[in-house]
Amino acid sequence: MKKTSILALTLLGSLTLGAASAQTTIKIATLSPLSGGQSDLGTQIKNGAQLAVNEYASQFKRLGFDLSLVGYDDQADPATGTAAARKIAADNSILAVVGTLNSGVAIPSSAALAPSHVAMVSPANTANQVTDRGLKNMNRIVARDDAQGPAGANFMVSKLKVKSVYLLNDKTAYGEGLAAEVKKALQAKNVKISGDEGTEEKSDFSAIIQKIKLTKPDAIYFGGIYNQVGVFLKQLREQGVTIPVVGGDGLDSEQMVTIGGKGSDNVFYTTVAAPAEALPAAKTVANNYSKTFGKDIQGFGLFGYDAAKVTLQGVLAAIKANGNKLPSREQVETAVRKVRATGLLSGTVQFNSVGDRQSAKMYIMNINNGKFTLDSTISVKAPTQ
Amino acid sequence: MDFATLAPFLVGVIVSGLVLGFVYAIIALGYTMVYGVLQLINFAHSEVFVTGAVVGFEVFRVLGDSPMNGYLKLLIALLAAMLVSGLLNVLIERLAYRPLRNAPRLVPLITAIGVSLILQDLIRIIEGFQGRFDLTYRLPEGFSTSFCGAESSCAPIGKFLGTVGIQLQLKEVMLVVVSLIMLGGLNYLVNYTKLGRAIRAVAQDRVTAGLMGIDANGIISLTFLIGGALGGVSGVLFGLKFGTVNAYSGFDPGIVAFTAAVLGGIGSIPGAVLGGLVLGVIQNLIGVTNILGNVLGLANLGVIDSSYQRIGAFLVLVLILIFKPTGLLGRSNTEKV
Repeated sequence: MKKTSILALTLLGSLTLGAASAQTTIKIATLSPLSGGQSDLGTQIKNGAQLAVNEYASQFKRLGFDLSLVGYDDQADPATGTAAARKIAADNSILAVVGTLNSGVAIPSSAALAPSHVAMVSPANTANQVTDRGLKNMNRIVARDDAQGPAGANFMVSKLKVKSVYLLNDKTAYGEGLAAEVKKALQAKNVKISGDEGTEEKSDFSAIIQKIKLTKPDAIYFGGIYNQVGVFLKQLREQGVTIPVVGGDGLDSEQMVTIGGKGSDNVFYTTVAAPAEALPAAKTVANNYSKTFGKDIQGFGLFGYDAAKVTLQGVLAAIKANGNKLPSREQVETAVRKVRATGLLSGTVQFNSVGDRQSAKMYIMNINNGKFTLDSTISVKAPTQ
Repeated sequence: MDFATLAPFLVGVIVSGLVLGFVYAIIALGYTMVYGVLQLINFAHSEVFVTGAVVGFEVFRVLGDSPMNGYLKLLIALLAAMLVSGLLNVLIERLAYRPLRNAPRLVPLITAIGVSLILQDLIRIIEGFQGRFDLTYRLPEGFSTSFCGAESSCAPIGKFLGTVGIQLQLKEVMLVVVSLIMLGGLNYLVNYTKLGRAIRAVAQDRVTAGLMGIDANGIISLTFLIGGALGGVSGVLFGLKFGTVNAYSGFDPGIVAFTAAVLGGIGSIPGAVLGGLVLGVIQNLIGVTNILGNVLGLANLGVIDSSYQRIGAFLVLVLILIFKPTGLLGRSNTEKV
């Protein structure tokens, strides 16, 4: 009795739904910090992905699908990100996710998405662990820390000619991992490590700065995010320390200059997300971005765009393989891993068996007088599995 | 490394610890004032402090481009922060604590934590509407000038201070001066005025003081006003020193300042100041323990890096509470047996 009524209801429900819209909805989600201290980078990712979705919407329409983007906020916090990932998993119309910004968030949230086979394409995560776990759903289009760390270390040795370096990190999966890679590479080149510590401090760096002054390094490497490093830089320069400071892609934000002020001069960072000037094809997208969102695009906006394009090409491939019908999440997951995405700003993307990009690029940027300029470009290969 | 390089280093660490300590001291006064009168720990004080910092940021932002004298800008920022934070604290007392004054002690404590969380998110929402999260102070030019060390352009006195390890910036000197003025003013108010006598009377026995014709509720509101104003000042000083503040910046200094108040003997004004200074110095010393370990050849100390700064403060607190439960300058309360 009860069973039949439920059956009838479901039937009725699906009939009315079918009548309401002939088109099936396909959603792509982004997962990135949209509020809080790192929202500047996270919003870039979401907006970049939105541009890609706008571009592909008509193509999906022709196949009979309504394509839309939903942005989820992880506040750069692993717990919040995992909770959002569970919500994504529960929404069956979401076939894939673009995200996240922080490796510390990507690791647990991709694990939460794995049982329901929601493919994830990361525009930013560099920690080795992100793909080293061999999850089927986790992919990234950027270089790894074991490429980014040595790139930063090589730069310090060959360009800045350092003999000793003071290492700092922010005690997250990202910062700690990156600083560890830099340390390994520096030690291999016989550079002295004059200090190596982690700090979660967000305001008072006086003790650390005193130590830096005492140990007189040639440069400082800080594995951290701009909102912390900016404050540190400001205080460092106020104390009269003018040596170069090098960091990773966490510094890739215009907010660096707002927070650090003059302190952000003589700063270098390696980034996996290229500046618009390094990508010949980026001009149209950059224009489009500033027209749509009233702000300039930055590296992570461009990579949000690219990651979303990889995702959408994967979904399209899955639709094709499924005879132009709505594919399952599992089919999308397989298709994304196998995709050979073209027409991207950062070149062709192909993943290896664990989801690392087979050939990625690293960029070294320089901040001086509030201006960001490209110093050099390095090609890196994914480690062989 | 020899003694000649290590001595100025240690002096530098201690001096910057003292400057930090003054910020803690002023925040600690806010806790201690309220506790002294109501035996209530106002956990929302850390957000009252952040509110002051936010008001200070807004003043410097609005006045940023005007050619006004830098010191005048600072004065306006301080007064505005005192006013807003003071009134906010009065409001908190009226809405969240007064209705619960006869409830068990635990109840207002929990409300205080609740108020603190509400205020955090309120600040975040208000600034978030304008697309801001990390508020960066736009300080007038010259505030960051340091009384320099080795440079040739220094005055002889600055050079001398530099060689013994003291390197202060103008804004740090201002911070200390403002703190001292606040401390002196508060000390005078509490100990040498009629109003101060009324506050002390209410602190000792609210009911009896009421029978003597003192408006206890009025005095309590006033105490919250003063405590809040001190919170506002400390917020501006925090922004002055560190340059950046956000809605959640209050937690860490708040908890250290609370510890400072307990360490000094909660309820005691000189105790709060002493506690703040002691914790500031200890924190900075723990932050450099690994370097000292390297120099002294004690490899085991190398693992104690700056991430242990806060734990050090609490360790000291535990030790003090074991050996002198009333705190450094606290007196035991015998009249309330």
